[in-house]
Amino acid sequence: MLNIHLPRYERIWLWIGGASLVLFLIILALLALLGDLNPPGNMRMIAPEAVRTTPPFDKPGLKQIGPNEYRATVVAQMFTFQPASMTVPAGSTVHFEVTSPDVVHGFEIPGTNVNMMVIPGHITEFTYTFRKKGDHLIVCNEYCGSGHQVMMGSITVQ
Amino acid sequence: MNETVREPARPDGPAPFERGTFDRRDRALILAHLGVSFAALLIGALAGLFQGLQRTGFIQLPQAVGYYQLLTAHGVSLALIFTTFFIIGFLYSGTAKTLDGRFRPFERALAWIGFVLMTAGTVMSLLMILTNDATVLYTFYAPMRAAPWFYIGLALVIVGSWFSGWTIFASYYRWKKAHPGEVSPLFAYMSVATMILWIIATLGVAAEVLFQLIPWSFGWTARINVELSRALFWYFGHPLVYFWLLPAYIYWYVNIPQIIKGRLFSDSLPRLTFLLFILYSVPVGFHHQLMEPGIGAFWKFLQIFFTMIVVVPSLMTAFAMLATFELSGRLKGAKGRFEWVRKLPWKDVRFFAPVLGMAMFIPAGAGGVVNASYQMNQVVHNTLWVTGHFHMALATTVVSTFFGIAYWLVPALTNRKLTRGANNLGILQSWLWFLGMLLLAGSMHIVGLFGEPRRTAYTTYRDHPVVEVWLPYWQVMGVATVFVVLSVLLFLGIVVYLWAFAPRLETAAEYPIGTPLDPAQRPPRILERWSLWIAVTAVLILVAYGVPVWEMLQNPEPGSPPIRSW
Ligand code: HEM
Ligand SMILES: [Cu+2]
Ligand SMILES: [Cu+2]
Repeated sequence: MLNIHLPRYERIWLWIGGASLVLFLIILALLALLGDLNPPGNMRMIAPEAVRTTPPFDKPGLKQIGPNEYRATVVAQMFTFQPASMTVPAGSTVHFEVTSPDVVHGFEIPGTNVNMMVIPGHITEFTYTFRKKGDHLIVCNEYCGSGHQVMMGSITVQ
Repeated sequence: MNETVREPARPDGPAPFERGTFDRRDRALILAHLGVSFAALLIGALAGLFQGLQRTGFIQLPQAVGYYQLLTAHGVSLALIFTTFFIIGFLYSGTAKTLDGRFRPFERALAWIGFVLMTAGTVMSLLMILTNDATVLYTFYAPMRAAPWFYIGLALVIVGSWFSGWTIFASYYRWKKAHPGEVSPLFAYMSVATMILWIIATLGVAAEVLFQLIPWSFGWTARINVELSRALFWYFGHPLVYFWLLPAYIYWYVNIPQIIKGRLFSDSLPRLTFLLFILYSVPVGFHHQLMEPGIGAFWKFLQIFFTMIVVVPSLMTAFAMLATFELSGRLKGAKGRFEWVRKLPWKDVRFFAPVLGMAMFIPAGAGGVVNASYQMNQVVHNTLWVTGHFHMALATTVVSTFFGIAYWLVPALTNRKLTRGANNLGILQSWLWFLGMLLLAGSMHIVGLFGEPRRTAYTTYRDHPVVEVWLPYWQVMGVATVFVVLSVLLFLGIVVYLWAFAPRLETAAEYPIGTPLDPAQRPPRILERWSLWIAVTAVLILVAYGVPVWEMLQNPEPGSPPIRSW
């Protein structure tokens, strides 16, 4: 059907390229399935107007839920994060859950793998273990309006 | 002036440039499109200058203009308007040329309707940006609400571009009827493929704009399904990048072989490449939404898988380009392993500008693989890395190719000469662009890895220590900004000269179209069975999007009211 002439070198080139692509995709899939390395996501929803009155987002903050384990409930809103700062001991695992009562925001901690989109109507979740001590900056990395560049927070690891 | 009715049969062998010019009416049509595209380039570059210097702390903007307003103007006029108008003008030139020399009145009428709609839409949207009523960036993410006229303007641009597609389809159909059983000219085939891709892709954003954004921005509907609007946008947003890239590929595959006095390495493989792009550039938009809720992990991964398949046609293109270059050198008598490199016309800007673009496509493509790598995306998502990535892929690879095209297409249209002086200035301009973009986009990649967010005005985050690491790169970005903007101004200066002042040609202008190395190897018929390929594309789209979009509709999010946050 598709008898197109492929020169020999091109066939070799495509085989090498194709094989490395397949290998690469297998690695990504294994990391996802066995290493449980998946990007943030989740299907939980919440009406944007209800954010400030619905638990747990009515009282945003950090809650210890186990030895070395915390839940961070964060509201990303124009142009602040609630809570604006958090403190955890080094080695803590933090489960973030973030939502927005207004427009789309981002939640990124430079120097870590924490990088989430915050979409009004939805709750984004991601888990990260903080090992490095210091003051980590939290920035909004999605344009959200005229004050986008001042939208920041911090998480201190002691 | 000259009515070219029918092309003379192609001479065998590495022919000199084909004689021929454009029908006067086609010329007006193509020049109109190029004219709007250059105006958009100027607006976008000026916005780029001020935003590039503001975000790196070199200047402060006057009270009256906001950073995000400039960024909206930059994104809209460069990513959406400059590209679309230039592409359509270029595709018209080659389709008119290869499909029996000129358009027919019906085709031209469609084309002008498209032009008027697109231009009216452009003016409308830009005015809304100017009045600060549409500072929503070129992705216009809900629930930020721009003035309804901004969306209506964009809708006009999209609908207008469908007319451009129909112009190309109509002339292709007319040619097929006049040449039963013949294989269509490669340029026309690729243009049809590009416009099919474009129309399939724009269905998504058209649905978003017409059924979601416009009624909601007028207040006719109270809430908008944000996640659905994002899915529809990115259904369009990724194939959009192939809509930019494919015309550059057309130039590489079809025109450059003639410019370097070589041959087309194959007449079939490029067709297959373009089909693969139609198939695998639409069902992949979720790779822009990996970091967000509302889409299941399985569907994200499936689309990553489809995304990566475009590596195959990209590798085929890389191979074909090098093979074409080597072939041309050997036809000119090059011996040994690498002598052919020296036989290439390095001093010809029509060749040199796109070659710089090709060189930049190597890091750009590698960066793209990183972006689309499911887990690695987490490190770079929404950082300046991404902005760096498309200033390499789009602003360098594609735009540098467009520069190369403009340098001969504009004088060919006005029957003027690409003078040696203009050519040499063009080479200087290309270097300035390439090096400037290398610095600009290179530093963007690096600070992106350090976590600097994209789409962000100047800020030091209350002098947070993280920012200190970014500062040296800002210096480089600021200087590079000046380089690339100077380069655009130089380009526009040369274009004005070629358009209106360069010496006139006595004979008809040249339009380079390459001929295949082995004309006896006819492309298989099935490559031209468009209905089949469209059907396969539809199936792939259904597989990739069917269930997740169904879920968004069946179990909808609460939705958001409109907000003006600027
Ligand atoms: C004229 C020289 C140029 C300069 C100085 C420049 C500079 C910049 C800068 C500083 C940003 C914003 C970074 C941020 O805050 O996220 C940006 C964004 C962008 N640029 Fe350029 N650029 C230039 C040319 C181009 C060209 C030729 C194109 C495409 C044809 C282009 C397409 C874009 C797009 C699509 C964005 C993203 C806008 C957004 O995030 O909404 N740029 N550019
Ligand atoms: Cu923000
Ligand atoms: Cu994409």
